[in-house]
Amino acid sequence: MMHALITLIKKELQALFSTPESRRMLIMPVIMQLLVFPFAATLEVKNSTLAIYNQDGGAASIEIIQRLAAAKAFPNLVMINSEANLQENIDDQKALLAIRIPQDFSRQIATGQAAHIEAVIDGRRSNSAQIAYGYALQIVQQYVIEQATPAQLQTAPAQIVVQHLYNPNLEYRWFVLPSLVAIITTIGCLMVTALSLAREKEEGTFEQLLVSPLTPGYIMLGKAVPGILVALLQGSIIAAAAVFVYRVPFTGSVWLLYLTMLCYGLSLSGFGLLISSVCANQQQAFLGVFGFMSPAVILSGYMAPIENMPPLLQAIASVNPLTHAIVAIKGLFLKGFTFSQTWPHLWPLLLIASVTLTLAYFIFIRRSGQ
Amino acid sequence: MKPHQVSLRHLVALCKKESYQIVRDPSSILIAFVLPVVLLFIFGYGINLDTNKVRLGLVMEDQGAEAVRFADVLKGSPFLEVESGTSRSAMLEMLQTGRVRGMLVIGSDFSGKVKNHRESAALQLLTDGAEPNTANFLSSYLEGCLQVWQEQRTLDQGLPVNALSTMEPRYWFNPTTVSRNFLVPGSISVIMTVIGALLTSLVVAREWERGTMEALLSTSVTKTELLLSKILPYYVLGMVAMTLCVLVTTLLLDVPLHGSFWILFIVSSLFLGSGLGLGLFVSTVTRNQFVAAQTALIVAFLPATMLSGFVFEIASMPLPIQGISYLIPARYFVSALQTLFQAGDVWHVILVNSAFLLVSALFWLGLTALKTARRLDE
Repeated sequence: MMHALITLIKKELQALFSTPESRRMLIMPVIMQLLVFPFAATLEVKNSTLAIYNQDGGAASIEIIQRLAAAKAFPNLVMINSEANLQENIDDQKALLAIRIPQDFSRQIATGQAAHIEAVIDGRRSNSAQIAYGYALQIVQQYVIEQATPAQLQTAPAQIVVQHLYNPNLEYRWFVLPSLVAIITTIGCLMVTALSLAREKEEGTFEQLLVSPLTPGYIMLGKAVPGILVALLQGSIIAAAAVFVYRVPFTGSVWLLYLTMLCYGLSLSGFGLLISSVCANQQQAFLGVFGFMSPAVILSGYMAPIENMPPLLQAIASVNPLTHAIVAIKGLFLKGFTFSQTWPHLWPLLLIASVTLTLAYFIFIRRSGQ
Repeated sequence: MKPHQVSLRHLVALCKKESYQIVRDPSSILIAFVLPVVLLFIFGYGINLDTNKVRLGLVMEDQGAEAVRFADVLKGSPFLEVESGTSRSAMLEMLQTGRVRGMLVIGSDFSGKVKNHRESAALQLLTDGAEPNTANFLSSYLEGCLQVWQEQRTLDQGLPVNALSTMEPRYWFNPTTVSRNFLVPGSISVIMTVIGALLTSLVVAREWERGTMEALLSTSVTKTELLLSKILPYYVLGMVAMTLCVLVTTLLLDVPLHGSFWILFIVSSLFLGSGLGLGLFVSTVTRNQFVAAQTALIVAFLPATMLSGFVFEIASMPLPIQGISYLIPARYFVSALQTLFQAGDVWHVILVNSAFLLVSALFWLGLTALKTARRLDE
C-alpha cells in the first residue's frame, strides 16, 4: 500500500511540475507578490500632496509652511489662492489634505492669542488623510509650543515614554512579510489540492483511481501531500526572502516555523479536499477555493485587527486557519515565540484539519460509492 | 461566412447555451450573488481602519491619588479597554502573546513626583510593534489621555486654562469618517474583478480543454458571434451583480450614493468590459483552466486588491509600483466609485477615469479578438 501511495504522490508531483507553464505558475506568483506586496501593502503615508491656502502671509504662516515643506511626508506642496481652488484640489483628489491659515494668524501668534489653522480632510480617503493630518498637526504643534509664552506653557507634570517592542521603528514591512508567508501559501496549496481532484473528475480519470488498489483514504492522502509540499516550498521561499532580502529579523526557531507551516498546510489541504469533494469540475473547485480564500484573507487580522470586529465575525475569524497561522508565524519572526507560546495557535490548526479532512473523507466515500 | 459577420439566430442560440451554463452551475451563482453580499458585509462590518478599541494592560505600582486619577481617565476612554495588573512580567507575557496590544507602567514614584512638581514624572508605554498600525494609534490615544488628565488636574486646582494655538480638522465628503464609506464602494471593484475577469478566464479555457471549442470552430459560427456569445451573458451577469452590490451598499449598509445611478452604470459597464476582455484573453491564450485561473488571480485579482488604492494609498508606494498601478483598470474604477458614492458627479474625475477604462476595455477586447482569429492548427 505504501508503495502505491508513493507512486500516486509521484504521479501528482509529475502532473504539477511536468509542463513549464504549471511550474511557472507555482513559483511566479510567489516572486511577483514578494516584489510588489511589501511595498504596496502599507498604511504609512508618504509622497502625498498637501495644499496650502495662506490667507495670512505673515511671518508665522511662512515659518509653518517652510517646516511643512521640509517634512518627508509632504514632498509636494501646492499653494492655492482661493476658496474655489481649494475646493478643486480636494474634489479632484489632487491633494490628500488642504490647510487654510486664517487672515490674522501671525498677528494672533505674535500677541499670544490662540489662533486656529483649519485642515480640510478628504473623507473618501479618510484613513490616509487622517494619518497625513497627524503628521501636519505634529509640525504645527511643535511650532506653537516654541512660540508660546511661559504663562501659556506650564511645565508638563508628566510625560509618556513610548517604546515599541518587537519592531522598534514600527516598520510596516516587518508586519507584512511574516503574514505573507501564510497568505501566499494559501493560494498555492488550496489550488493544488482542490483542483487536482476536480481535474480527475472532469477528465474521467477519477474512475480509474477508484478501481486502483488504493483505498479512498490513501487517494485523499495522495492528493493532500503534494499540496502540503507546495505550501512548504512556497513558504520557505517567502521566509528566506523576508530574512535575507527584506532583513526582517527571525527570532524563533526554524523547526517551529516548519511545524507551523506543516500544521497550516494540513488544515488548508483539509479545506481544499472538502471543496473538491463537493465539486464536479475544475471551474467549481476554483470558484470554491476563491469563495473560501477571499473572506479568509480579509478576516485574518491582516487587513484590520480582529479585536475591532463584531462578535460574530470574531467567532468566524477564530475558526479561520489563516488567523492562527499569521499570529504564529509573526510571533516566530518578531517575538521569539517558544513552543508553549506557539502551541495555542497550532492545536486549532490541527483541529480544523481533522474536522475538514474527516468531513471530506465521508463525502468522498459517499460520492464514490455510487 | 466572413469572420466578422453576425447572424442573430446563431448569436441568440449561443447566448442561450452560455446562459444555461451559468444558471445551472451553482458555482457561478455563488460567485455572482452570494460572495458579493458576503464580501460587502465583511468589508462593511469587519474592516475598521479608523476607530480602534485597543486592549491596554495597566500596571499600577503606585496607588496615590494622581495615579488613580490617571487610571480613571484611561478607563473612561472610549478607545481603550483597560486590563489591570500588578506584575510587569505577567503583563509582558500577555503583550508577547497578543492578549494586550500595549502596557503602561505607572511607576511607584509617580504621584510623589507629580505632587512635588520638581521633575516631570515618566509613564512607560510599551507597545506591540508587531502590529504597527495599532501601536501608532495606541501612543496617540495615550497622549490624548495625558492631556485630559492634565486638564482635569488644572481644573481641580483652580488654575486658569491657557489655550494654545492649534490646527482643527474639517472633514469633507465623509464627515463621520466611517471607513466603511470608502471601503465598501472600493470593494465593489474587487467583486466586479472577480466576476469579470476570474469567472470568464475559465470559460474559454474550459471549452479548449474539453474539446468543445473544436466542435464550435467546425460549425458555421463566426469569430464575432463566438466572442459576443461569451461577452454578452457574462456582461448581463456582471451588471445584475453590480445592481445587487449597489442595493446592498446603499440600503443595507447605509453608505450614501451622492452621484447619479446612470453614471455609475456607465462606469461599471466600462470596467466590466475591460475585466471581461482580460479574462477572455487569458483563457484564450492559456487554453488550460489551472493556468488560466492562476494567471487571472495574478494579473486581475491581486492588483485589484493591492494596487487599486482602495485600502492602500497609491501615493505612498514607491515610484515603479505607482507606475504599474496606472496599468490596473481597478485603479480608475476605485477612484470613480469612491467619488460617485461620496462626493457626487465630479465631472473631471469621472471623465478622466472613464476614458482610461474605455481604453483598457477596447485594448483587452481587441487583443482577444485578434487572438481568437487563430485556428486549430496553432
